[in-house]
Amino acid sequence: QLDQRFWAPTCDCLRTVEPLEYYRRFLKENCRPDGRELGEFRTTTVNIGSISTADGSALVKLGNTTVICGIKAEFAAPPTDAPDKGYVVPNVDLPPLCSSRFRSGPPGEEAQVASQFIADVIENSQIIQKEDLCISPGKLSWVLYCDIICLDYDGNILDACTFALLAALKNVQLPEVTINEETALAEVNLKKKSYLNIRTHPVATSFAVFDDTLLIVDPTGEEEHLATGTLTVVMDEEGKLCCLHKPGGSGLTGAKLQDCMSRAVTRHKEVKKLMDEVIKSMKPK
Amino acid sequence: MEGVMQTDAKMRTESGAESSPRAPGCSLRHFACEQNLLSRPDGSASFLQGVAEKSRERLIRNTCEAVVLGALHPRTSITVVLQVVSDAGSLLACCLNAACMALVDAGVPMRALFCGVTCALDSEGTLVLDPTAKQEKEARAILTFALDSVERKLLMSTTKGLYSDAELQQCLAAAQAASQHVFRFYRESLQRRYSKS
Repeated sequence: QLDQRFWAPTCDCLRTVEPLEYYRRFLKENCRPDGRELGEFRTTTVNIGSISTADGSALVKLGNTTVICGIKAEFAAPPTDAPDKGYVVPNVDLPPLCSSRFRSGPPGEEAQVASQFIADVIENSQIIQKEDLCISPGKLSWVLYCDIICLDYDGNILDACTFALLAALKNVQLPEVTINEETALAEVNLKKKSYLNIRTHPVATSFAVFDDTLLIVDPTGEEEHLATGTLTVVMDEEGKLCCLHKPGGSGLTGAKLQDCMSRAVTRHKEVKKLMDEVIKSMKPK
Repeated sequence: MEGVMQTDAKMRTESGAESSPRAPGCSLRHFACEQNLLSRPDGSASFLQGVAEKSRERLIRNTCEAVVLGALHPRTSITVVLQVVSDAGSLLACCLNAACMALVDAGVPMRALFCGVTCALDSEGTLVLDPTAKQEKEARAILTFALDSVERKLLMSTTKGLYSDAELQQCLAAAQAASQHVFRFYRESLQRRYSKS
Protein backbone atom coordinates (compact mmCIF):
# COMPACT_ATOMS: atom_id res chain seq x y z
CA GLN A 1 0.00 0.00 0.00
CA LEU A 2 1.46 3.29 -1.08
CA ASP A 3 1.75 6.31 1.16
CA GLN A 4 -0.85 9.01 0.44
CA ARG A 5 2.00 11.39 -0.46
CA PHE A 6 2.73 9.36 -3.55
CA TRP A 7 -0.66 9.90 -5.05
CA ALA A 8 0.24 13.30 -6.49
CA PRO A 9 1.41 12.57 -10.06
CA THR A 10 3.80 15.51 -10.07
CA CYS A 11 5.68 14.19 -7.03
CA ASP A 12 9.27 13.51 -8.10
CA CYS A 13 9.87 10.89 -5.39
CA LEU A 14 7.62 8.44 -7.21
CA ARG A 15 9.45 9.08 -10.45
CA THR A 16 12.76 7.96 -8.95
CA VAL A 17 11.50 5.25 -6.66
CA GLU A 18 8.80 3.62 -8.80
CA PRO A 19 9.23 4.95 -12.35
CA LEU A 20 6.91 2.39 -13.91
CA GLU A 21 4.10 3.17 -11.48
CA TYR A 22 4.66 6.88 -12.11
CA TYR A 23 4.29 6.33 -15.84
CA ARG A 24 1.24 4.13 -15.46
CA ARG A 25 -0.63 6.90 -13.71
CA PHE A 26 -0.14 9.14 -16.74
CA LEU A 27 -0.81 6.43 -19.30
CA LYS A 28 -4.15 5.74 -17.60
CA GLU A 29 -5.16 9.31 -18.52
CA ASN A 30 -3.87 8.70 -22.08
CA CYS A 31 -1.02 11.14 -21.77
CA ARG A 32 2.65 11.19 -20.80
CA PRO A 33 4.68 13.10 -18.18
CA ASP A 34 5.96 15.56 -20.76
CA GLY A 35 2.40 16.44 -21.70
CA ARG A 36 2.29 14.59 -25.00
CA GLU A 37 -0.50 12.29 -26.09
CA LEU A 38 0.26 8.65 -26.82
CA GLY A 39 0.38 9.23 -30.56
CA GLU A 40 2.18 12.57 -30.53
CA PHE A 41 5.75 13.17 -31.66
CA ARG A 42 8.14 15.59 -29.96
CA THR A 43 8.98 18.85 -31.69
CA THR A 44 11.08 18.03 -34.72
CA THR A 45 13.55 20.54 -36.14
CA VAL A 46 15.98 20.11 -38.99
CA ASN A 47 18.90 22.22 -40.11
CA ILE A 48 20.32 21.37 -43.52
CA GLY A 49 23.74 22.20 -44.88
CA SER A 50 25.34 23.42 -41.69
CA ILE A 51 28.69 21.65 -42.13
CA SER A 52 30.57 23.41 -44.89
CA THR A 53 33.40 20.87 -45.04
CA ALA A 54 31.00 18.04 -45.82
CA ASP A 55 29.42 17.45 -49.20
CA GLY A 56 26.04 17.20 -47.54
CA SER A 57 24.90 17.54 -43.95
CA ALA A 58 21.86 17.78 -41.74
CA LEU A 59 21.16 18.25 -38.05
CA VAL A 60 17.93 16.79 -36.67
CA LYS A 61 16.44 17.42 -33.24
CA LEU A 62 13.60 15.24 -32.02
CA GLY A 63 12.81 16.82 -28.66
CA ASN A 64 16.13 16.49 -26.85
CA THR A 65 17.53 13.77 -29.11
CA THR A 66 20.04 15.44 -31.42
CA VAL A 67 21.65 13.70 -34.34
CA ILE A 68 23.93 15.11 -37.02
CA CYS A 69 24.69 13.46 -40.35
CA GLY A 70 27.62 14.42 -42.52
CA ILE A 71 28.23 12.97 -45.97
CA LYS A 72 31.58 12.92 -47.73
CA ALA A 73 31.98 11.74 -51.29
CA GLU A 74 35.20 10.10 -52.39
CA PHE A 75 36.45 8.09 -55.31
CA ALA A 76 36.74 4.34 -55.29
CA ALA A 77 37.03 1.45 -57.67
CA PRO A 78 33.62 -0.14 -58.14
CA PRO A 79 33.06 -3.64 -56.71
CA THR A 80 34.18 -6.42 -59.03
CA ASP A 81 30.81 -8.17 -58.94
CA ALA A 82 28.93 -4.95 -59.75
CA PRO A 83 31.17 -2.74 -61.89
CA ASP A 84 28.43 -0.21 -62.61
CA LYS A 85 27.59 0.55 -58.99
CA GLY A 86 28.97 2.89 -56.36
CA TYR A 87 28.89 2.53 -52.58
CA VAL A 88 26.92 4.10 -49.76
CA VAL A 89 28.60 3.42 -46.43
CA PRO A 90 26.64 4.49 -43.37
CA ASN A 91 28.03 4.57 -39.87
CA VAL A 92 26.20 5.49 -36.70
CA ASP A 93 28.31 6.69 -33.80
CA LEU A 94 26.98 6.90 -30.27
CA PRO A 95 29.82 8.64 -28.38
CA PRO A 96 30.00 8.98 -24.59
CA LEU A 97 29.08 12.64 -24.89
CA CYS A 98 25.50 11.85 -25.87
CA SER A 99 24.70 9.66 -22.90
CA SER A 100 26.37 8.21 -19.84
CA ARG A 101 25.36 4.70 -20.92
CA PHE A 102 28.04 4.70 -23.65
CA ARG A 103 31.74 4.23 -23.03
CA SER A 104 34.56 5.33 -25.30
CA GLY A 105 36.24 2.67 -27.40
CA PRO A 106 35.00 0.40 -30.17
CA PRO A 107 31.35 0.84 -31.19
CA GLY A 108 28.98 -0.78 -28.74
CA GLU A 109 26.14 -3.08 -29.67
CA GLU A 110 23.56 -0.35 -29.96
CA ALA A 111 25.72 1.64 -32.38
CA GLN A 112 26.37 -1.43 -34.50
CA VAL A 113 22.69 -2.33 -34.61
CA ALA A 114 21.81 1.25 -35.57
CA SER A 115 24.44 1.23 -38.33
CA GLN A 116 23.06 -2.04 -39.65
CA PHE A 117 19.54 -0.62 -39.50
CA ILE A 118 20.50 2.45 -41.55
CA ALA A 119 22.36 0.24 -44.04
CA ASP A 120 19.24 -1.92 -44.39
CA VAL A 121 17.02 1.14 -44.91
CA ILE A 122 19.32 2.43 -47.66
CA GLU A 123 19.42 -0.97 -49.30
CA ASN A 124 15.72 -1.80 -49.04
CA SER A 125 14.26 1.58 -49.90
CA GLN A 126 16.55 2.14 -52.89
CA ILE A 127 16.79 5.78 -51.81
CA ILE A 128 19.68 6.16 -54.21
CA GLN A 129 20.22 3.94 -57.18
CA LYS A 130 23.82 2.79 -56.78
CA GLU A 131 24.18 2.95 -60.54
CA ASP A 132 23.84 6.75 -60.29
CA LEU A 133 27.09 6.79 -58.34
CA CYS A 134 29.08 5.19 -61.11
CA ILE A 135 31.39 7.50 -63.05
CA SER A 136 33.12 5.06 -65.33
CA PRO A 137 32.00 1.42 -65.23
CA GLY A 138 34.67 -0.87 -63.89
CA LYS A 139 37.08 2.00 -63.24
CA LEU A 140 35.73 4.75 -61.05
CA SER A 141 32.71 5.37 -58.89
CA TRP A 142 31.64 7.51 -55.99
CA VAL A 143 31.53 6.23 -52.46
CA LEU A 144 29.35 8.20 -50.05
CA TYR A 145 30.49 7.94 -46.45
CA CYS A 146 27.49 8.83 -44.30
CA ASP A 147 28.57 9.52 -40.75
CA ILE A 148 25.72 9.89 -38.32
CA ILE A 149 26.72 11.10 -34.89
CA CYS A 150 24.42 11.38 -31.94
CA LEU A 151 25.02 14.52 -29.90
CA ASP A 152 22.30 13.99 -27.34
CA TYR A 153 20.57 10.70 -26.63
CA ASP A 154 17.02 10.91 -25.38
CA GLY A 155 15.38 7.95 -27.05
CA ASN A 156 14.16 7.23 -30.56
CA ILE A 157 17.58 7.33 -32.13
CA LEU A 158 16.52 5.36 -35.22
CA ASP A 159 13.91 7.90 -36.34
CA ALA A 160 16.32 10.77 -35.90
CA CYS A 161 19.13 9.00 -37.76
CA THR A 162 16.91 8.08 -40.70
CA PHE A 163 15.62 11.63 -41.00
CA ALA A 164 19.12 13.10 -40.71
CA LEU A 165 20.40 10.75 -43.40
CA LEU A 166 17.56 11.59 -45.77
CA ALA A 167 17.96 15.33 -45.27
CA ALA A 168 21.73 15.15 -45.69
CA LEU A 169 21.44 13.09 -48.88
CA LYS A 170 19.08 15.71 -50.31
CA ASN A 171 21.75 18.29 -49.56
CA VAL A 172 24.64 16.44 -51.24
CA GLN A 173 26.03 18.04 -54.36
CA LEU A 174 28.49 16.04 -56.42
CA PRO A 175 30.84 17.74 -58.85
CA GLU A 176 30.98 16.65 -62.44
CA VAL A 177 33.75 14.17 -63.15
CA THR A 178 35.16 13.36 -66.56
CA ILE A 179 37.80 10.81 -67.39
CA ASN A 180 40.51 12.27 -69.55
CA GLU A 181 40.96 9.94 -72.54
CA GLU A 182 44.71 10.50 -72.87
CA THR A 183 45.90 10.49 -69.29
CA ALA A 184 43.13 8.19 -67.98
CA LEU A 185 42.90 10.48 -64.94
CA ALA A 186 39.74 11.82 -63.47
CA GLU A 187 39.11 15.51 -63.84
CA VAL A 188 36.85 17.10 -61.29
CA ASN A 189 34.93 20.24 -62.19
CA LEU A 190 34.10 21.83 -58.86
CA LYS A 191 32.18 24.63 -60.50
CA LYS A 192 29.57 22.29 -61.93
CA LYS A 193 27.75 20.49 -59.15
CA SER A 194 24.53 18.58 -59.24
CA TYR A 195 22.23 17.18 -56.58
CA LEU A 196 21.74 13.46 -56.06
CA ASN A 197 18.71 11.78 -57.54
CA ILE A 198 16.73 10.81 -54.43
CA ARG A 199 14.18 8.26 -55.55
CA THR A 200 12.21 7.59 -52.41
CA HIS A 201 11.85 9.28 -49.05
CA PRO A 202 11.90 6.67 -46.31
CA VAL A 203 10.70 7.93 -42.94
CA ALA A 204 10.99 5.94 -39.73
CA THR A 205 8.35 5.86 -37.00
CA SER A 206 9.23 4.20 -33.71
CA PHE A 207 6.89 2.85 -31.06
CA ALA A 208 7.42 1.51 -27.56
CA VAL A 209 5.22 -1.19 -26.04
CA PHE A 210 4.23 -0.72 -22.41
CA ASP A 211 2.97 -3.54 -20.20
CA ASP A 212 2.46 -5.74 -23.28
CA THR A 213 -0.57 -3.73 -24.40
CA LEU A 214 -0.11 -0.01 -24.78
CA LEU A 215 1.67 1.48 -27.77
CA ILE A 216 3.28 4.90 -27.52
CA VAL A 217 4.94 6.80 -30.31
CA ASP A 218 8.39 8.44 -30.20
CA PRO A 219 9.60 7.16 -26.82
CA THR A 220 12.03 9.27 -24.78
CA GLY A 221 15.11 7.66 -23.19
CA GLU A 222 13.28 7.01 -19.95
CA GLU A 223 10.27 5.50 -21.74
CA GLU A 224 12.50 3.21 -23.81
CA HIS A 225 14.08 1.96 -20.63
CA LEU A 226 10.71 1.14 -19.07
CA ALA A 227 9.17 -0.31 -22.22
CA THR A 228 8.67 -4.04 -22.69
CA GLY A 229 9.29 -3.86 -26.42
CA THR A 230 10.00 -1.53 -29.34
CA LEU A 231 8.92 -1.41 -32.97
CA THR A 232 10.23 0.72 -35.82
CA VAL A 233 8.39 1.04 -39.13
CA VAL A 234 10.10 2.63 -42.13
CA MET A 235 7.71 3.74 -44.84
CA ASP A 236 8.13 5.58 -48.10
CA GLU A 237 5.73 8.01 -49.73
CA GLU A 238 3.75 5.31 -51.56
CA GLY A 239 2.98 3.51 -48.34
CA LYS A 240 5.49 0.76 -49.06
CA LEU A 241 7.43 -0.57 -46.13
CA CYS A 242 11.19 -0.82 -46.32
CA CYS A 243 11.69 -2.10 -42.83
CA LEU A 244 9.67 -3.54 -39.99
CA HIS A 245 12.17 -3.72 -37.18
CA LYS A 246 10.91 -5.41 -34.07
CA PRO A 247 13.85 -6.81 -32.11
CA GLY A 248 11.95 -9.06 -29.69
CA GLY A 249 9.95 -7.73 -26.78
CA SER A 250 6.25 -8.17 -26.04
CA GLY A 251 4.00 -9.65 -28.68
CA LEU A 252 1.78 -7.58 -30.96
CA THR A 253 -1.43 -8.62 -32.67
CA GLY A 254 -2.12 -7.94 -36.34
CA ALA A 255 -4.63 -5.23 -35.40
CA LYS A 256 -2.10 -3.30 -33.31
CA LEU A 257 0.34 -3.51 -36.21
CA GLN A 258 -2.31 -1.96 -38.44
CA ASP A 259 -2.62 1.00 -36.05
CA CYS A 260 1.13 1.46 -36.22
CA MET A 261 1.01 1.50 -40.00
CA SER A 262 -1.60 4.25 -40.10
CA ARG A 263 0.41 6.34 -37.65
CA ALA A 264 3.49 5.82 -39.79
CA VAL A 265 1.62 7.13 -42.83
CA THR A 266 0.68 10.39 -41.07
CA ARG A 267 4.19 10.77 -39.70
CA HIS A 268 5.60 10.43 -43.20
CA LYS A 269 3.45 13.34 -44.35
CA GLU A 270 4.56 15.49 -41.39
CA VAL A 271 8.25 14.81 -42.00
CA LYS A 272 8.08 15.29 -45.75
CA LYS A 273 6.30 18.61 -45.32
CA LEU A 274 8.90 19.82 -42.82
CA MET A 275 11.80 18.80 -45.02
CA ASP A 276 10.32 20.39 -48.15
CA GLU A 277 9.77 23.64 -46.27
CA VAL A 278 13.36 23.73 -45.04
CA ILE A 279 14.81 22.92 -48.44
CA LYS A 280 12.65 25.55 -50.11
CA SER A 281 13.77 28.17 -47.61
CA MET A 282 17.39 27.34 -48.39
CA LYS A 283 17.26 27.90 -52.11
CA PRO A 284 17.86 31.60 -52.85
CA LYS A 285 18.46 30.91 -56.54
CA MET B 1 18.48 -38.12 -40.82
CA GLU B 2 20.73 -37.32 -37.90
CA GLY B 3 22.82 -34.24 -37.33
CA VAL B 4 25.17 -35.72 -34.76
CA MET B 5 27.63 -33.94 -32.51
CA GLN B 6 29.32 -36.61 -30.42
CA THR B 7 31.11 -35.28 -27.38
CA ASP B 8 30.38 -38.05 -24.93
CA ALA B 9 28.48 -40.98 -26.35
CA LYS B 10 27.59 -42.34 -22.90
CA MET B 11 25.67 -39.27 -21.82
CA ARG B 12 23.82 -38.61 -25.03
CA THR B 13 20.13 -39.28 -24.95
CA GLU B 14 18.72 -40.18 -28.31
CA SER B 15 15.55 -38.43 -28.97
CA GLY B 16 15.28 -37.61 -32.60
CA ALA B 17 12.03 -36.66 -34.24
CA GLU B 18 11.18 -35.95 -37.80
CA SER B 19 8.19 -34.26 -39.31
CA SER B 20 6.32 -35.89 -42.19
CA PRO B 21 7.80 -34.91 -45.52
CA ARG B 22 4.74 -33.29 -47.04
CA ALA B 23 2.12 -32.33 -44.51
CA PRO B 24 -0.96 -31.34 -46.51
CA GLY B 25 -1.74 -27.65 -46.42
CA CYS B 26 1.72 -26.79 -45.15
CA SER B 27 4.40 -25.47 -47.43
CA LEU B 28 7.24 -25.67 -44.93
CA ARG B 29 10.09 -27.95 -45.79
CA HIS B 30 10.86 -31.14 -43.96
CA PHE B 31 12.40 -30.57 -40.57
CA ALA B 32 14.10 -32.73 -37.98
CA CYS B 33 15.25 -32.14 -34.46
CA GLU B 34 17.55 -33.81 -32.02
CA GLN B 35 17.85 -32.85 -28.38
CA ASN B 36 20.32 -33.23 -25.56
CA LEU B 37 23.09 -34.15 -27.91
CA LEU B 38 25.83 -32.30 -26.08
CA SER B 39 26.87 -33.41 -22.62
CA ARG B 40 28.44 -30.22 -21.23
CA PRO B 41 25.69 -27.66 -21.66
CA ASP B 42 22.52 -27.90 -19.63
CA GLY B 43 20.41 -28.20 -22.72
CA SER B 44 21.07 -28.47 -26.41
CA ALA B 45 19.18 -29.05 -29.60
CA SER B 46 19.97 -29.29 -33.28
CA PHE B 47 17.26 -28.11 -35.58
CA LEU B 48 17.44 -29.07 -39.18
CA GLN B 49 15.17 -27.24 -41.54
CA GLY B 50 15.18 -27.97 -45.27
CA VAL B 51 18.54 -28.52 -46.71
CA ALA B 52 24.89 -9.89 -40.17
CA GLU B 53 25.99 -10.73 -37.09
CA LYS B 54 25.42 -8.60 -34.14
CA SER B 55 22.03 -7.67 -35.51
CA ARG B 56 20.90 -11.29 -35.71
CA GLU B 57 22.30 -12.06 -32.28
CA ARG B 58 20.39 -9.16 -30.84
CA LEU B 59 17.13 -10.25 -32.49
CA ILE B 60 17.44 -13.78 -31.11
CA ARG B 61 18.48 -12.52 -27.69
CA ASN B 62 15.61 -10.06 -27.43
CA THR B 63 13.12 -12.70 -28.50
CA CYS B 64 14.41 -15.10 -25.85
CA GLU B 65 14.39 -12.34 -23.22
CA ALA B 66 10.75 -11.63 -23.96
CA VAL B 67 9.64 -15.20 -23.22
CA VAL B 68 12.08 -16.41 -20.59
CA LEU B 69 10.89 -15.79 -17.02
CA GLY B 70 14.08 -14.11 -15.91
CA ALA B 71 12.63 -13.03 -12.59
CA LEU B 72 12.72 -16.64 -11.40
CA HIS B 73 16.48 -16.79 -11.85
CA PRO B 74 18.07 -13.61 -10.54
CA ARG B 75 21.82 -13.15 -10.90
CA THR B 76 21.86 -15.88 -13.52
CA SER B 77 23.31 -15.73 -16.99
CA ILE B 78 21.75 -17.88 -19.69
CA THR B 79 24.05 -18.24 -22.68
CA VAL B 80 22.58 -19.47 -25.93
CA VAL B 81 25.21 -20.61 -28.40
CA LEU B 82 24.06 -21.21 -31.95
CA GLN B 83 26.36 -22.95 -34.41
CA VAL B 84 25.30 -23.00 -38.03
CA VAL B 85 25.86 -26.49 -39.40
CA SER B 86 24.58 -25.66 -42.86
CA ASP B 87 22.58 -22.81 -44.35
CA ALA B 88 20.00 -23.61 -47.01
CA GLY B 89 17.85 -20.51 -46.58
CA SER B 90 15.58 -19.27 -43.75
CA LEU B 91 18.59 -19.26 -41.41
CA LEU B 92 17.24 -16.86 -38.81
CA ALA B 93 13.97 -18.79 -38.47
CA CYS B 94 15.93 -22.02 -38.00
CA CYS B 95 18.11 -20.35 -35.35
CA LEU B 96 15.03 -19.18 -33.47
CA ASN B 97 13.53 -22.67 -33.52
CA ALA B 98 16.78 -24.19 -32.30
CA ALA B 99 17.07 -21.62 -29.53
CA CYS B 100 13.54 -22.35 -28.34
CA MET B 101 14.04 -26.10 -28.31
CA ALA B 102 17.35 -25.73 -26.48
CA LEU B 103 15.75 -23.54 -23.81
CA VAL B 104 13.02 -26.15 -23.35
CA ASP B 105 15.63 -28.89 -23.15
CA ALA B 106 17.50 -26.96 -20.49
CA GLY B 107 14.36 -26.59 -18.45
CA VAL B 108 14.40 -22.79 -18.46
CA PRO B 109 10.98 -21.50 -17.37
CA MET B 110 9.28 -19.63 -20.19
CA ARG B 111 5.94 -17.90 -20.53
CA ALA B 112 5.44 -19.25 -24.04
CA LEU B 113 7.28 -21.11 -26.76
CA PHE B 114 8.26 -19.26 -29.89
CA CYS B 115 9.02 -20.21 -33.45
CA GLY B 116 10.54 -18.50 -36.44
CA VAL B 117 8.94 -18.40 -39.88
CA THR B 118 10.35 -16.79 -43.02
CA CYS B 119 8.22 -15.54 -45.93
CA ALA B 120 9.53 -14.47 -49.30
CA LEU B 121 7.66 -12.28 -51.77
CA ASP B 122 8.72 -12.56 -55.38
CA SER B 123 8.38 -9.87 -58.03
CA GLU B 124 4.77 -10.87 -58.84
CA GLY B 125 3.74 -10.77 -55.22
CA THR B 126 3.48 -14.54 -54.70
CA LEU B 127 4.09 -15.62 -51.16
CA VAL B 128 6.54 -18.43 -50.49
CA LEU B 129 6.94 -19.75 -46.95
CA ASP B 130 10.28 -21.09 -45.73
CA PRO B 131 12.23 -20.11 -48.88
CA THR B 132 15.37 -21.87 -50.02
CA ALA B 133 18.57 -19.91 -50.47
CA LYS B 134 17.87 -19.57 -54.19
CA GLN B 135 14.33 -18.33 -53.58
CA GLU B 136 15.64 -15.83 -51.04
CA LYS B 137 18.09 -14.42 -53.52
CA GLU B 138 15.46 -13.94 -56.19
CA ALA B 139 12.81 -12.58 -53.85
CA ARG B 140 11.71 -8.96 -53.84
CA ALA B 141 11.22 -9.02 -50.09
CA ILE B 142 12.01 -11.43 -47.27
CA LEU B 143 10.14 -11.18 -43.97
CA THR B 144 11.15 -13.19 -40.91
CA PHE B 145 8.79 -13.35 -37.94
CA ALA B 146 9.01 -14.87 -34.50
CA LEU B 147 5.59 -15.83 -33.15
CA ASP B 148 4.62 -16.95 -29.68
CA SER B 149 2.72 -20.15 -29.02
CA VAL B 150 -0.04 -18.77 -26.78
CA GLU B 151 -1.79 -16.22 -28.99
CA ARG B 152 0.40 -16.26 -32.13
CA LYS B 153 1.42 -12.69 -31.38
CA LEU B 154 4.32 -11.12 -33.22
CA LEU B 155 7.38 -11.20 -30.99
CA MET B 156 10.07 -10.27 -33.45
CA SER B 157 10.16 -9.16 -37.02
CA THR B 158 12.94 -8.31 -39.41
CA THR B 159 12.44 -7.59 -43.07
CA LYS B 160 14.46 -7.04 -46.16
CA GLY B 161 13.18 -5.41 -49.33
CA LEU B 162 10.16 -3.32 -50.22
CA TYR B 163 6.56 -4.45 -49.72
CA SER B 164 3.12 -2.97 -49.08
CA ASP B 165 1.07 -2.97 -45.90
CA ALA B 166 -1.43 -5.45 -47.37
CA GLU B 167 1.38 -7.86 -48.26
CA LEU B 168 2.69 -7.57 -44.70
CA GLN B 169 -0.69 -8.60 -43.26
CA GLN B 170 -0.87 -11.45 -45.76
CA CYS B 171 2.59 -12.73 -44.79
CA LEU B 172 1.82 -12.40 -41.10
CA ALA B 173 -1.39 -14.42 -41.48
CA ALA B 174 0.44 -17.12 -43.45
CA ALA B 175 3.22 -17.20 -40.86
CA GLN B 176 0.69 -17.56 -38.04
CA ALA B 177 -0.92 -20.50 -39.83
CA ALA B 178 2.47 -22.12 -40.48
CA SER B 179 3.56 -21.65 -36.88
CA GLN B 180 0.88 -24.14 -35.84
CA HIS B 181 2.79 -26.86 -37.68
CA VAL B 182 6.04 -25.91 -36.00
CA PHE B 183 4.47 -25.92 -32.53
CA ARG B 184 2.84 -29.26 -33.21
CA PHE B 185 6.24 -30.59 -34.21
CA TYR B 186 7.76 -29.27 -30.94
CA ARG B 187 5.06 -31.06 -29.00
CA GLU B 188 5.53 -34.36 -30.85
CA SER B 189 9.28 -34.11 -30.54
CA LEU B 190 9.11 -33.56 -26.80
CA GLN B 191 6.51 -36.26 -26.29
CA ARG B 192 8.71 -38.73 -28.06
CA ARG B 193 11.67 -37.73 -25.96
CA TYR B 194 9.94 -38.01 -22.64
CA SER B 195 8.08 -41.20 -23.51
CA LYS B 196 11.43 -42.96 -24.01
CA SER B 197 13.03 -41.85 -20.72
